[in-house]
Amino acid sequence: MVEATPTKRIAPAEGFRVANSVVSIETAKPASRISLRATSAGARSFEKSLNFALPRKPAETASAKGRHALWLGPDEWLLIDEANPDDSMVPRLPNKQFSAVDVSHRNMAFIVAGPGAAATLNAACPRNLSLAAFPVKTCSRTVLGKAEIVLYRTARDTFRVECWRSYAPYVRDLLAIASKDAHI
Amino acid sequence: MTPSSKQPYRAKSHGALNHARTVRFTFDGKPYEGLEGDTLASALLANGVHLMGRSFKYHRPRGVMSAGVEEPSALIGISRDKSNSGARVQPNVRASVQEIYDGMNAVSQNRFPSLNFDLGAVNSLLAPFFAAGFYYKTFMWPRKAWDKVYEPFIRRAAGLGESPTETDPDRYANRFEHCDVLIIGGGAAGLMAAKTAAAKKQRIILCDENPSLGGWLLADSDVTIDGKSGTQWVKDTVAELQANENVRLLTRTTGFGYFQQNMVGLVERVTDHLAQPDMDLPRERMWQVRADKVVIAQGAIERHLVFADNDRPGIVLAGAAQKWLNQFGVTVGNNVGVFTACDTAYAAAFDLYEAGTHIAVIVDQRATVDQALLEQANELGIRVMPNAGVVGVTGKLRINGIKVKTASGSEETIEVDALITSAGWTPSLHLYSQSRGKPIWDEASQRFLPGQSPQACVSIGACNGTNDLATTFAEAAKATGGRAPKLEIENDVSLAGGTIGMASESAETGKAFVDFQNDVTAKDIKLAVREGMHSIEHVKRYTTNGMATDQGKLSNMHGLSIAAKMLDKPVPEVGLTTFRAPYTPTTFGSFVAHARGTLFDPSRKTPIHEWAQENGAEFEPVSLWQRAWYFPRPGEDMHEAVDRECRTVRTSAGVFDASTLGKIEVVGPDAAAFMNIMYTNGWDKLKPGRAKYGIMCREDGFIYDDGVVGKLSDTRFHVTTTTGGAPRVLNHMEDYLQTEFPDMQVWLTSTTEQWATIAVQGPKAREIIQPLVTGADISAEKFPHMSVVECQVCGVPARLFRISFTGELGFEINVPADYGRAVWEAIWERAEPAGACAYGTETMHVLRAEKGYIIVGQDTDGTVTPHDAGLSWAVAKSKPDFVGKRGLQRPDLTASGRRQLVGLKTSDPKKVVQEGAQIVADPEQAIPMKMIGFVTSSYWSGTLERSIAMAVLEDGFARMGETLYIPMEDEVIEVEVEGTVFYDPSGEKING
Amino acid sequence: MLLIHCPYCKDDRPELEFSNAGEAHIVRPTNMSDISDTEFEAMFFMRDNPKGIALERWRHAHGCGRFFNVARNTVSDKFLKVYKAGEPRPSDAEIEELLK
Repeated sequence: MVEATPTKRIAPAEGFRVANSVVSIETAKPASRISLRATSAGARSFEKSLNFALPRKPAETASAKGRHALWLGPDEWLLIDEANPDDSMVPRLPNKQFSAVDVSHRNMAFIVAGPGAAATLNAACPRNLSLAAFPVKTCSRTVLGKAEIVLYRTARDTFRVECWRSYAPYVRDLLAIASKDAHI
Repeated sequence: MTPSSKQPYRAKSHGALNHARTVRFTFDGKPYEGLEGDTLASALLANGVHLMGRSFKYHRPRGVMSAGVEEPSALIGISRDKSNSGARVQPNVRASVQEIYDGMNAVSQNRFPSLNFDLGAVNSLLAPFFAAGFYYKTFMWPRKAWDKVYEPFIRRAAGLGESPTETDPDRYANRFEHCDVLIIGGGAAGLMAAKTAAAKKQRIILCDENPSLGGWLLADSDVTIDGKSGTQWVKDTVAELQANENVRLLTRTTGFGYFQQNMVGLVERVTDHLAQPDMDLPRERMWQVRADKVVIAQGAIERHLVFADNDRPGIVLAGAAQKWLNQFGVTVGNNVGVFTACDTAYAAAFDLYEAGTHIAVIVDQRATVDQALLEQANELGIRVMPNAGVVGVTGKLRINGIKVKTASGSEETIEVDALITSAGWTPSLHLYSQSRGKPIWDEASQRFLPGQSPQACVSIGACNGTNDLATTFAEAAKATGGRAPKLEIENDVSLAGGTIGMASESAETGKAFVDFQNDVTAKDIKLAVREGMHSIEHVKRYTTNGMATDQGKLSNMHGLSIAAKMLDKPVPEVGLTTFRAPYTPTTFGSFVAHARGTLFDPSRKTPIHEWAQENGAEFEPVSLWQRAWYFPRPGEDMHEAVDRECRTVRTSAGVFDASTLGKIEVVGPDAAAFMNIMYTNGWDKLKPGRAKYGIMCREDGFIYDDGVVGKLSDTRFHVTTTTGGAPRVLNHMEDYLQTEFPDMQVWLTSTTEQWATIAVQGPKAREIIQPLVTGADISAEKFPHMSVVECQVCGVPARLFRISFTGELGFEINVPADYGRAVWEAIWERAEPAGACAYGTETMHVLRAEKGYIIVGQDTDGTVTPHDAGLSWAVAKSKPDFVGKRGLQRPDLTASGRRQLVGLKTSDPKKVVQEGAQIVADPEQAIPMKMIGFVTSSYWSGTLERSIAMAVLEDGFARMGETLYIPMEDEVIEVEVEGTVFYDPSGEKING
Repeated sequence: MLLIHCPYCKDDRPELEFSNAGEAHIVRPTNMSDISDTEFEAMFFMRDNPKGIALERWRHAHGCGRFFNVARNTVSDKFLKVYKAGEPRPSDAEIEELLK
């Protein structure tokens, strides 16, 4: 046994931030995440074991105490726990009727905020990001240029952009260049 | 008019430009002055310059014809770099559209040595050879002349303008946008539609290709709307729209393409008119707009008249002359003639008269002319010749006279310094037609008009064939759900009337141009019809009419009419060529937008990438990933580095970054059952804690992917795929799960990027990692080859595999990706003193080839079955079903003569054959030889001190020991067939 | 760019989120191992290429991830009907109706 020194955690695009008068883009803090796949019975059993209600309608999200559940598909949710970035929820779950897979390190996120946030994203995301079409507290998997992202509108002018870690430099650079055009 | 000395044709009393704001620019090196807001054309005309280019085929001198995007002749090159570096060079810019800016450097094209004296003009003398279809006739014979004469000639003559020689340094932006109403065209129709929609609180985008909104109202000096001038009405309306937060007004923005479901592409030119653009601005911005409703208000384009020598500089469209005068304050000449077939040219003539220009004559093709117009001309003392035609002109670089022929046959030459012409107005159906709407022929007005589009769009105003302002306003209001406004409109000139085809038959003597840019004459079109082209699509291609960069905006209707007359058919039966995007030439940059340089494609890197970089690795791209290829030490070339890395792994150990391997977590009560379907192997007997090599086939029985699968529990598998195959394998599995086996309780999650994967391979692998592992016994007895365990490595949760892609004792450590680098470094700290090395993909390839392990996509190509690859042992015989089972029984897949994977050893051990090289049995046979296989993998093996290769070979398994040949360009290489396992065939090492 | 209605997300989404997955309603036989060569050929290789209504599969690959079926008019490129995987093939009468 070697002596137990804590192993260093290095997240992608750590500490990144750019901002101008209409939009800021920064790397979100580390979080733990679960990709949950389940039948509706499985979803109920999952809710019981974590005491956390899952959204059941397309694009809906649910949040409590720093924990967010995002509806991604009829049998798929992304759970993000900002409060406990180093603690995976998976080991505490039974292994029946659903699949819970730890994806804490697979994903990372950027926070795009400001009155130019939607315009920044629309440089490469084809979705209608008006408040009517993409209301606050809704989410969707979609694309940003050639990267797949999960887009989660946490407030009127704030989006959380989740992507796979190796796409982070691409998403970062794309958002940064798009931000130059966000005042239009 | 009092000509200013510098800009002698500037009418001080006219136009909207500020005479105090002068702009300096050069044309063909000569300095000129214009006014801010001028186009290059209006500025040159203000200086009395009509000659702006040479034509494509005959190199005829050409002036500017039009004041808009339809311009066929005045195409110039703009060089935007002060240093003339050749990067910001743009050819074929229309002088009628390009705004001037201080320091602009414009050059004419297609001339040598100068615009006034062009050697290429001798082509005019060769005109008989350049008639319609000359491409198909002239260069046919003799065959021998092609390489030496014809091709060089065509290459030199072809192309218009100079291309940039360097990478485009500018930035281009893109924006996806959504709105309730998109209005294309900001003239009277578009503005009224926007005004109405804005009142209903709709989200509106209105775009116009010009720098200012207002369209034709800016050029019409007479019309009044509720007592206001047209320009005042425009000003007020634009101010109202600008103040509305739901309205986005885009000027210098062309709606170039109408795509499915009301997706319209707009390109906004952001900086091309600026002398010193802000470096943060994109040069152009692409808008991809999805609109609930599209209102097309593109307007109409004035046609020229077809008569002999109608292309001489000084001949311009009447509407253009009117626009230059009223918008830019420029007159086209001092003594102007008019040749027309409709009323609008009279308005242009009267406006010029008012500005002090002498109107020499109005020649009207029509026998009867509106009495009011005749009276007005009479009052101004302007001579009108009805029922007459211009049949020729005098002057080459600039006209100085027109030959007029009356109905009675008398001819007269009248002195002029410019001629304005109009054959009437063609409604712009481009975007309507691109929306898949069918143009409908209107016999009465001899025009094609829009009908009902299959998409949610409506055409209004002049592009809908509407000739007057009152009806245009009513249509516009209705288009956006409003009521016709009650407006008092006075002095409106109707766009009705006109002619298509030849202006006068006597014009056949000279070159009467239909298409200026491609030098297509009326005679060419007639010839095409005589030679059997009976559809307009054929005529177009045979003559190239309408095929230039202006896409026949002026010429299409004339060409069609001439062909129809020849064929004695009604116009719609001859057909209208299809309009396609883009409406006007659109830069590649605007389509590419952000997707260039590092943003062309994501460049995926592992958590260990930076360590590899810091330690001198060379990288190779594998799908989107950048993988460490080899780690050269100072002085080593690739060959030496790989040789050393291979030897080190075999004698000591190596550490390898395998993070890019695809990983899929298969979870659920039916996980094993699902694996049984997807993979050829059986999964029922595999115990938790054990791993297995799996092959995935497609339904046709060919290998699709492979990888090692670890069983973590009865309900959880850790599946690995090839690096490049990860996305398609997951898609393939989801497809079967969702659509063929939807009742299975199993789910799939991509975990490729959750884990950093570190392979430690070699005799010393265990001693290197052992102290870092907690929570698992990894001794040879407790943790044999093909095992998996969940434990901790360096104190972080890990999935540890004992597997090998090298043939040595090996482990693969998966840790959560954020810990990847730290764990790698901890391993490296122990590996380096033990004499181990870091190795890259090239060494990995050599080591696996020495063991005969295949790489899907290199040793297989989509026609190789597991049996062909010698992997029959991995195909379950007793399973009732798996994807590919039935396919493998197909007669062709079980027949003899299939290409099978074998090993090859060259007779000369130093000789490394080329991958892809073809194999023959008899090198002496005649060419073409019968090829019986090819090399799939080939390397120098440092360990074996000889070359090794794998190949797919007809009946390969039955050819063991045979000598075969690989004929190369300068030698024939002799090889011997053997098995694919070159190293440690008994597998002693792997089980160590 | 097409705008495609996803029957699972119950929303119109841009084509960039989707991938086409070939002809719909080709059922993989449950007795796959026993089918004849001719049946295999028909199932695996032969595809229709109709002018008019094509029944085809799409996947909302960069969305909810679900495969679903559509009836698309190959002439106008219009999606005339979108339905979930597993729902029955539209009848000939319904196809006639869609074409109108």
